[in-house]
Amino acid sequence: MTIWRFIPFAAALLVLAPVAVIFSAFFAPADEIWQHLIDTTLTTLLINTFWLACGVIAGTALLGISLAWLTSVYEFPGCGFFSWALLLPLAMPAYVIAFVALGLLDFTGPIQTWLRAWLDSEISWFPEIRSRPGVIVVLTFAFYPYVYLLARNAFLSQGKRSLEVAQSLGLTRRQGFFKVALPMARPWIAGGLMLVLMETLADFGTVAVFNYNTFTTAIYKTWFGMFSLSAASQLASVLIILVFAVIVLEQHFRMRMRYAESKKSQRAQRIPLQGADKWLAASFVVSVFFLAFLLPLIQLSIWAVNSLAADFDLTQYGEFLWHSLALSGSATVLITLTVITMVYAARRFPGIAMRHAVRTATIGYALPGTVLAIGVYTPMVWLDGKLSDWVLQWFQLETGQLIQGTLITMLIAYLIRFLAVGHYPIDGAMQRVTHHIDEAAMSLGTHGWGMIRKIHFPILKPGVFTAATLVFIDVMKEMPITLMTRPFGWDTLSVRIYSLTSEGQWERAALPAITLVAAGLIPILFFMRRTEE
Amino acid sequence: MSGALLQLDHVMQSYGAQTILDDLTFALEKGGIGCLLGASGCGKTTALRCIAGFESISTGKVILNGVCVSCAEFSMPPEKRRVGMVFQDYALFPHLNVAENISFGLYRLPRAERNQRVEELLHIVQLTAVVDRYPHELSGGQQQRVALARALAPKPELLLLDEPFSNLDVSLREQLGVEVRDIIKSQGATAILVTHDQAEAFAIADKIGVMHQGRIQQWDSAFNLYHRPNNRYVANFIGQGVFVPGIVIDSRHISIELGVVAGDIPPQCIPGNSVDVLLRPDDVVHDDTSATQAAVMHQSFRGADILYKLKLSSGTELLALVSSHHDHKAGEKIGIKLTTDQVVAFAPQ
Amino acid sequence: MSHLISARLISVLLLASSLLIAPLAVAEEVIVYSARIEQLIKPMFDAFTHETGIKVKYTTDNEGALLARLQAEGKNTPADMLITVDAGNLWAAAQSGLLKPVRSELLENNIPPHLRDPDHEWFGLSVRARTIIYNTKKVNPSELSTYEDLADPKWHKRLCLRSSKKVYNQSLVAMMLAEHGAADTEKVVKGWVANLATPPLPDDTKALEYVAAGKCDVTVVNTYYFGRLMHKDPDLPLAVFWPNQQSTGVHVNVSGAGITRYGRNQKNAVKLLEFLSSSKAQNLFADLNMEYPANPAIKPDTFVAGWGTFKQNPLNLSKAGELQTTAVKLMDRVGYQ
Repeated sequence: MTIWRFIPFAAALLVLAPVAVIFSAFFAPADEIWQHLIDTTLTTLLINTFWLACGVIAGTALLGISLAWLTSVYEFPGCGFFSWALLLPLAMPAYVIAFVALGLLDFTGPIQTWLRAWLDSEISWFPEIRSRPGVIVVLTFAFYPYVYLLARNAFLSQGKRSLEVAQSLGLTRRQGFFKVALPMARPWIAGGLMLVLMETLADFGTVAVFNYNTFTTAIYKTWFGMFSLSAASQLASVLIILVFAVIVLEQHFRMRMRYAESKKSQRAQRIPLQGADKWLAASFVVSVFFLAFLLPLIQLSIWAVNSLAADFDLTQYGEFLWHSLALSGSATVLITLTVITMVYAARRFPGIAMRHAVRTATIGYALPGTVLAIGVYTPMVWLDGKLSDWVLQWFQLETGQLIQGTLITMLIAYLIRFLAVGHYPIDGAMQRVTHHIDEAAMSLGTHGWGMIRKIHFPILKPGVFTAATLVFIDVMKEMPITLMTRPFGWDTLSVRIYSLTSEGQWERAALPAITLVAAGLIPILFFMRRTEE
Repeated sequence: MSGALLQLDHVMQSYGAQTILDDLTFALEKGGIGCLLGASGCGKTTALRCIAGFESISTGKVILNGVCVSCAEFSMPPEKRRVGMVFQDYALFPHLNVAENISFGLYRLPRAERNQRVEELLHIVQLTAVVDRYPHELSGGQQQRVALARALAPKPELLLLDEPFSNLDVSLREQLGVEVRDIIKSQGATAILVTHDQAEAFAIADKIGVMHQGRIQQWDSAFNLYHRPNNRYVANFIGQGVFVPGIVIDSRHISIELGVVAGDIPPQCIPGNSVDVLLRPDDVVHDDTSATQAAVMHQSFRGADILYKLKLSSGTELLALVSSHHDHKAGEKIGIKLTTDQVVAFAPQ
Repeated sequence: MSHLISARLISVLLLASSLLIAPLAVAEEVIVYSARIEQLIKPMFDAFTHETGIKVKYTTDNEGALLARLQAEGKNTPADMLITVDAGNLWAAAQSGLLKPVRSELLENNIPPHLRDPDHEWFGLSVRARTIIYNTKKVNPSELSTYEDLADPKWHKRLCLRSSKKVYNQSLVAMMLAEHGAADTEKVVKGWVANLATPPLPDDTKALEYVAAGKCDVTVVNTYYFGRLMHKDPDLPLAVFWPNQQSTGVHVNVSGAGITRYGRNQKNAVKLLEFLSSSKAQNLFADLNMEYPANPAIKPDTFVAGWGTFKQNPLNLSKAGELQTTAVKLMDRVGYQ
C-alpha cells in the first residue's frame, strides 16, 4: 500500500547510477591532466564560471522577478497577452539565441557592417558581443523564463494580498514588494534560480558559440581533446559536489520557514497602472519579448526561408516533429507523475533520508549533457549485457540488445536528467497545501485519491502545469541524451539541428529550429493559458 | 458628529451594474469599537476594504480624523491612512517568526524602541513564550493574537478586523472575543470589526451596524438592536423572537392576547389598526399563578435556562426563556406572563 | 521443478515482450556509428544497398560520445563500423581496442598509406585540407609561405583562428609537433596567438567572414567551409593559398572509418568499407561536402579542383591522434583558447 513512499528512493537510485559511473572515475589516475589544468587554465575557468553563474543568476532574477511581478499584480496595455507570451523564449534553445545574437551584433553582422559603411570608418566603440557580458546577456534572455514562471506562480497566489498586509502596516507598495512579496516568494524564486544555475553550469552550446571557456568546456576538452574520460569525469564530479552543496545550503537556510498559504487563492483583481507607469511597464515587457523571442524568430525565419526550398521535405519533417512530440509528451507524463509521487512521499513520510533522496534525485540537471548521457548509458548497456547473457544461457538465443536502443531507455534517461525541472515547480506548489487542508478534507470523509483529486490537484495545478511545460520544452530541446540513446532512425528536430550545426551550417539549422519553437508553443498555449483562466 | 474619528458619508460602490455598497452612512467615536454585522455577501467586507483603502468608492466620502481619505476624486493610499488590519486568515508572514511579524510595521522606529514595543505587545497578547516560533508552529488562537499584535504595533488610528474569529473553534471564540476587546480598549484603539456572528458582535462592539444588501439597516447599540429594531429585517436577524398580532389602542398602547403593552406604534397607524408585535423570549416569563396558560410544544435545554416554544389556546406561538429549574415536558401547560414594559410593533406585511 | 518451469515461463514472456520493442539482429545488414552527419553518408549507404542488397542502419552523434558508447557497450555493441570526421578519434578508438584490423588489398590500393592506420585498423575515406585563406584586397600571396610563417610579427593583428577546442586545430598542431618537436611548435603557436586580431572564433565559417569583412587578413580553415561560403557568395574577396609546398605539404585530415572489434556483421562491414573506398563511392563521399577523395585516382569536384592542386603532408595521420593530447596541452600553455 505504501510502495509509493519508496519512489523518491528509487528515483534517487536511478539518478545515482550515472553519478556513480562518473564518480567511479575518481580514483583513476589522472594526476598529470589535473596538474596540467592547475598550471594552465583552471584559474581562468573557475573565474569565468563563477562570474558567468553570478551574472546569469543576477540577470535572470532581475528580469524574471520584475516581469512576473508586473504581469501578476498590475494591469497595463497588453498584460494579458504578455503574461503567457513572455514564456515563449523558453522554446528557443539558448545556443540559437546565442548564434542569432552573434550573427546580428558581431563584427561581421549586419549592424556593425552597416555602421562601418555609414560612418566610413572602423568603429571601436561598439561593444564586443563575444565577451563575458555578451554571454551573460544571452543566457539571461534564454533562461529568465524559468524564474519568471515560478515567481509568477508565487505572486499570482499571494502577491496582491501580501501587498495589502504591508500597506495596512504603513508600507508603500514598493516597500511591500521588497519586504513581503519577494521574501514570501522565495522558495519559488530559489527553485527557478536553481534551474538557471544548473542550466548555466551545464551549458556547452552557448559558451562554445562565444568561445567562452567554463568548467564545462574544460570537461569536454579533457574528454574529447585529451581522450581522458576519467579526468573529465573527475571534473564533472567536482561540479556535482558543488551543485549539491548549493542545494543543501539553500534548503538549510529556509529550514524552519514554511510558505504555506492556507487560503484558497482568490483571483485578486490586478491593480491598474496609470499614466506614464502604464506605458513604461508595457514598453519594458515589449522590449524583453522583442529581444528574447521576436528578434531571434525573425532572424531564424529569414534563414529558414533561404533554405526552405532546398531542405524542406514534408514527410521527413513530419517524422522529426512526430518523434519530438511523442518523446516530449511521454517524457512529460512520466516525469510529472514521478515528481508528484515523490513530492507526496516526501510530505507524507518526512525525514532526513527522504530529504536526501529528493535532493539527490534532482542533481541530474546540473551535469553537462554528454557526460550525463554516457553516465546513463553505461549502466544501461551493462544491464542489457547481463540480460542478453541470461537469455542466451536459458534459451540459447542470440538476442543482441534488449533494452538498449528502445524508447524506454530514452525515457529513463530523460527522467534522470529532467527530474529537477519537474520537481521545483511542483514542490513549490505543494508547500501551499497545509496540513490543515488535509485534516479538513479528511474530516469531510475524503481520503487518498479522492483527496488528491478534489483538494490537492486544484492547488497543485499551476505547479503541475508549469512543470509539464518546462519538461516538455526541455526534452524537446535536449541533444546529447537524444543522440546517444535514440533507436536507429529515430531522428528528432533537435537531432536535425545538431547534425546541421555540427557542420557549421547554422542558417540551414533555422528550419528545424523554427519548427521546434513552434512545437514548443503547444504546451505553452495548452497549459499556461489554462492556468491563466 | 464632529467628534467622530471615522465617518462614512453616503458611500456607494458598484461593480458594473451590481451595487455592493448602497448609501453607507455611519460614524464611530474615538476609542469606540464598531461592528458591521451581516450575512455573507452583504457587503461588510467590502466596506472594510474601502475604509482601509484597498478598494475605491464610487461616490460619497470616507472621513478619517477629519481628513477625507476616500472621496470621489481622491483616494489616499492605504499605507498613508494609518489603518491597521487583522485579516480573516491572519495573513501572517510565514517566513518571519512571531517577534519579526509583530515588529514588521515598526520599521521606522529605532531598534530599541521597536524592541520595547514588541516586548510590550507580546505581554499584552501573552505570547512571550513563543516569540521565536514561526507561524506554522503556532495554534490558531496564537496566530490570531500575533495578527492582532502586528496590526496594533504601529498604533494605528483605526484598527480593522475582518472576521477575526471565523477560523477558530467556537469555544475559543468567546474567550478570545473578550480578550481582544480588552486589548483594544487597553491600547485606546478605535476599531471596526466585521462579522456574521452576533454573539461576537455583542461581546466586542460598542456600536453595531446590521448590514443587508449593501445597506446599513440600523447603526446602534446591541441593546437597541435587540429591543428596539428599526425594521423587520433587523428584528429577525438579531436574536430570537416571534411576531404576535395586536390592535393599536392609542398612540402608546397596543392590545395583544397577553394583555395591553406599552410600545412604539409604527407611523401611519391609527387606533384600531392591527399590527405585529415583536416578543423576545425574555419578554415572557413563567408564572404558575398566571391565568394565562400555554402548552409546551418543544423545549431546548441551554444550561442556565430553557427556551420553551409555547402555544396559546388561540394558536399563537410564543417563545419563553425560563430558568432551567422549571423543567416541563412537551404537552404540559404552564402559566406565563409578560414582563416587558416596552415592545416594538410593525405594520403587518 | 515447478519453480523452474515458472521461471522459464516468466522469461519467455519477458523475452516475447522485449522482442516487440527491441531491435532484432537481422543477417544482411551493417550497423554504423557515424560522427559524419546523415546528409553526408546516406547517399553512399543507399548506393551500397542498391548494389549489394545489404541494408545499412546508422546512428549519428559526436565522436567522443560514440567512442564512449562503443567502450561502454564492449562486446555487446550492435555497431559494425565507426565513421569519424578526423583521424585523431580513429586513432583513439584503435588505441582503446575498439577496432579490428582489416587486411584488404583493395583498401590498401585505394587509400594512400599516410591516410590509413599502419596497423590496418582504420582507413581515411575523404581528405580535408586545412589551408590558408587570405583577403585578396589586403594580402599579396607572395607574402604567404607556411603555417609556421603566420607566427611572424609581420602578421601582427592580421590573423584570425578558430578556437583550439576544435579537433581540426588540435590535429594541425599535433602534426607540427611530429615534424618540429615541442619547443619549435610552441614558439609557432605562441606567435599565432600574439598575432591574433580578435579572440579565437567559434567556427571556420566565422573565421572566413572575419577575413572577408577585413577584421583580419588571413586564417586557417578546412577548404570545404571556404567552398560553401564562396558557393553562396562568389564575390567575397577570399582566395586559397596552399602553404608549405616547398616543405612538409598542406596539413590534411581525413573523414574515415574502421571496423569494430565486436561487430556481428564483419564480412558485410568490410564490404561496405571497400565500397566506400571504391571509385563508385569516392566521388560522392568527397563531393557531397566539397572534400577531396582519399583515393588519388579519383578527381575532386570541378568547383573544388578550381582551387588548384597541392602537395599533401605525407606524414601518417596516426601521429595526429598520438600527439593530440600533447597538442592540447601546448595550446593551453600558450593561451590559445
